[in-house]
Amino acid sequence: MRSFAYTRPAEPERPWAELDPDAMYIAGGTNLVDLMKCGVAAPARLVDIGRLPLADIAVDAAADTLRIGALVPNSDLAAHPVVRERLPVLSRALLAGASPQLRNLATLGGNLMQRTRCGYFRDLAMPCNKRVPGSGCAALDGEHRGHAVLGTSSRCIATHPSDLAVALVALAARVFIDGPNGPRVEPIEAFHLPPGDTPERETTLGHGELITAVEVPLTALGANSHYLKVRERASFAFAMCSAAVALELREGTVRAARIALGGVATTPWRAYAAEAALVGLPPSTAAFARAGDAATDGAVPGRDNGHKVELIRRVVARALGTLVGPGGAEGFGTAAGEQR
Amino acid sequence: MSPNAGPWIGAAEPRMDGPVKVTGTAIYTGDVALPDLAHAVLVQSTIAKGRITGMDIAAAETAPGVLAVCPSDGSLGLGRVASYYSADNGPMGDGRSPLSDAVIHHHGQHIAMVVAETLEQAVAGAERIRTHYHREPPLVRIEDAIPQTPPGREDIVRGDLTTGLAVADVTVEAYYRTPPQHMNPMEPCATTAHWVGDRLTVYDSTQYVNGVRDALATAFGVPTAQVRVLSGFVGGGFGSKGTVWPHVLLAAAAARLVRRPVRLALTRPQMFTSCGTRPATRQRIVLGAHRDGRLTAIGHDGTSACSFGENVVESTGGSTSILYACPNVSIRQRIARVDMQAPTFQRAPGRAPGSFALESALDELAHELHLDPVELRLRNHADTDPSSGLPWSGKHLRECYRAGAERFGWDPGDRTPGTRREGDLLIGSGMASATHEMDPGPASAYAELRVDGTAVIGVASHDIGTGTYTVLGQIAADVLGLPPERIIVRLGDSELPDAPPSIGSQTVAYVGPAIRRACEAVRDDLLATAVADPESPLYRREIGTIEFGPQTFVAELARIGEPSVSGVGHHRPDANSRYAVHSFGAQFAEVAVDALTGTVRVRRMVGAFDIGRVINPRTARSQLLGGMTFGLAQALMEATVLDPLRGHVVEPHLAGYHLPVNADIGSMDVLFVGDPDPHISDLGARGAGEIGVVGAAAAIANAVFHATGVRVRTLPITPDRVVTGSAVGP
Repeated sequence: MRSFAYTRPAEPERPWAELDPDAMYIAGGTNLVDLMKCGVAAPARLVDIGRLPLADIAVDAAADTLRIGALVPNSDLAAHPVVRERLPVLSRALLAGASPQLRNLATLGGNLMQRTRCGYFRDLAMPCNKRVPGSGCAALDGEHRGHAVLGTSSRCIATHPSDLAVALVALAARVFIDGPNGPRVEPIEAFHLPPGDTPERETTLGHGELITAVEVPLTALGANSHYLKVRERASFAFAMCSAAVALELREGTVRAARIALGGVATTPWRAYAAEAALVGLPPSTAAFARAGDAATDGAVPGRDNGHKVELIRRVVARALGTLVGPGGAEGFGTAAGEQR
Repeated sequence: MSPNAGPWIGAAEPRMDGPVKVTGTAIYTGDVALPDLAHAVLVQSTIAKGRITGMDIAAAETAPGVLAVCPSDGSLGLGRVASYYSADNGPMGDGRSPLSDAVIHHHGQHIAMVVAETLEQAVAGAERIRTHYHREPPLVRIEDAIPQTPPGREDIVRGDLTTGLAVADVTVEAYYRTPPQHMNPMEPCATTAHWVGDRLTVYDSTQYVNGVRDALATAFGVPTAQVRVLSGFVGGGFGSKGTVWPHVLLAAAAARLVRRPVRLALTRPQMFTSCGTRPATRQRIVLGAHRDGRLTAIGHDGTSACSFGENVVESTGGSTSILYACPNVSIRQRIARVDMQAPTFQRAPGRAPGSFALESALDELAHELHLDPVELRLRNHADTDPSSGLPWSGKHLRECYRAGAERFGWDPGDRTPGTRREGDLLIGSGMASATHEMDPGPASAYAELRVDGTAVIGVASHDIGTGTYTVLGQIAADVLGLPPERIIVRLGDSELPDAPPSIGSQTVAYVGPAIRRACEAVRDDLLATAVADPESPLYRREIGTIEFGPQTFVAELARIGEPSVSGVGHHRPDANSRYAVHSFGAQFAEVAVDALTGTVRVRRMVGAFDIGRVINPRTARSQLLGGMTFGLAQALMEATVLDPLRGHVVEPHLAGYHLPVNADIGSMDVLFVGDPDPHISDLGARGAGEIGVVGAAAAIANAVFHATGVRVRTLPITPDRVVTGSAVGP
């Protein structure tokens, strides 16, 4: 509960001009205000970019892409007809996140920048390398049933919380960035950084840089896509495991596949091995199960989150199955499942 | 008019507090506006065990607006208030005097208080405090503690368990685990305290105004007559406001210290450390039965976590001895002491986790016997209370099974697990029995008739969101011949006639009759005077033939020149009752489980309940729906997560502690089965407060087994537990 200054950019085309080293951008504020309340974020100044002209959604017919301004609210994006028709994974991922009230405020750019829900990150009394580099990671030996099994390091096992970003990875989206050093473009899967030795660095954004837009190709792959999110509560809960899947099918075989995972990795996670396991093969329950297996490549479970590895297999298989119609998956055997 | 039923009792009256609540004009404790109000905030321990070796408070003391900083050094001079959970049985949930010394008993213990002009200044001041600790490793996991017999607690033994198991054709033995939970009422605890000289007025969000009054009087060494506690609206309690927690005393201490009214509201994270918790349990059930399903043995061993300072038992076996007719029963209750906050009673204490284990085990037995679970329970129906031998005051449990099964569409022939499939979903149904008793508290009440044709009734009870204002008004309406909208109901004031805490499903059952007595007293006194007064038009009339209502009492009051008359009534439950008093019910649930991902969704629930007379089917239904919803929460998501090494609540907020949202709740149906209970009181109403929770989690767990063949014995039943099965051992 500290005092802070609040300003809007005087030069809208150069908002970074006012971004002092201890200042932060704010747009919807659905994550940042929360973090300020619990003391994790303590900016001296908030620069409100909410009124910058970055809230348009436009189809580029020539390039066959959808360009989404960074300030488009999640609810608007989910409801956009092109998104609903041609990028179902995106619409579904958006609607699987948060609550209607939050989606009305939360923006595309802010969603990509949201911080982890790790309970130790949000608790100032606990060690956390992400919050205080070098202080340690309490989740490693503490409570980590919900933590990541992919992309982890000895410094951090916190999951990335976004649903939207997972869908964007499956859609091969590109992130448009502007800042003091000029504009640049980055593929979404390169935008988020695995923790490695510097878990405090979560994206490639430098100080003063901001996301201006995200561009999504409108392809056959994207049109045949799905987002599946597993959680114990039907709404308003972060993913235990989620999968964004997109398949391009032609003449009975998989021509292209994109598979991304959420809730199980430190970044919106692209499952390259799972994609490779499908391409060139006819879609089948067995192929989807193999893709699910491959999606666990590199998984390193901790003491209490091994179930996430099994969930990855099943969620990927189930999500892929929805793209070719129902009935694609086996269930629990009565005998096998029953334990005494 | 019959003394037992008039037009208002049994009517689905809308809640009289509805309009002020939905328009936001109801004044809750945190809304009370007092001139010159200061604000207190609490600083809490960030370790679970050890002691404070130093605290830097200078920076806080000089922070803008700060009026006082109180470290944990005993300087507040609060008298010790007896613990609810000790032999002296006081109103305190945690018998320690707050801010009295440097010893840390649990994570989140209050270690300092900052009082400031504004809430923001108090928070900013508190953030400047630096605390130094000597840390000791806490004992956190129930498995790491050695279970012990709680002081004064005896095992319940009927017959001989070993013999019962020896003669059984089939036995079932299984272990169940339930997590700690927190009550999380929508309104966090808040206290506003105001001293004028030696007189203390406290607005508190509480289920027990008189308990708060007594605790404050003891802590500050003033007569109870000088303490008034007010609690007009309570935004849910569920046990968190049933005893008196340290923040209540601290708010009053702060007000005394700064000589101004002070408000102290707990934050949501502080709600996880400051007002009790339902402790984790580990349970073992062993059942023996003949081939026809008749039980020969029930063993129920429960261990619950407890703090070192209290003797709180989560009585998981509390209803096990009365629910089924069985000659050989053994119930053992142990506590495992760990470094935690004081546990306390939380909605359906003991029964909620206990019924999950017992009713799951019954389902396991039915599966072993290839017997319909409803039929198994019918074959073991207890026609009298098997623990006391007494007849039931009223029991229509068979009707609950029958009516519930019929409404649900229960198919006794379809009990093979894993056979009903709809696309990717496995469908299953399950059921369980429910029972809950009532804490039989004595109550008094007053009633006043006014010459303007209205009436006032009052009792130091509470409306904790349950509809008490409305229901007590209906009870009075029938006696006074007045429509409820002309009755002013006063609750939540310690200066009103004495009532028990609003806990233990007792308010309607035992406060209701006191209201009735008070109304009868004022009515009968007025009539007795009238029929004896030659000036009265009622002179020499037979009292029983007079239709009482405003036309009678307004004229009579006008005639005698009195603005009002009042009377007092009392109700004391019969301590030597020759009847066993319990509410009963049957819960049914249908689930759809994703065959691959293990995601469980409850499609339908039906609860059939025998709660005696239903005073208001609308509020009673709401209460039971709420209970069933909490049962769904218990089954699928609700759990407090503790760090196994550090002993703190890892995500103390409602984004991490999940309760159901609307999307989780399919169709829910509540049936009322049974008749007015002729033996509990002439009102005939039994408790409905908590029974809606009981059995719901087991019904859902049993439905998950029916759907999938996976028996999950650890709550909550999260997708990973369904996917990986649930191997639970001793």
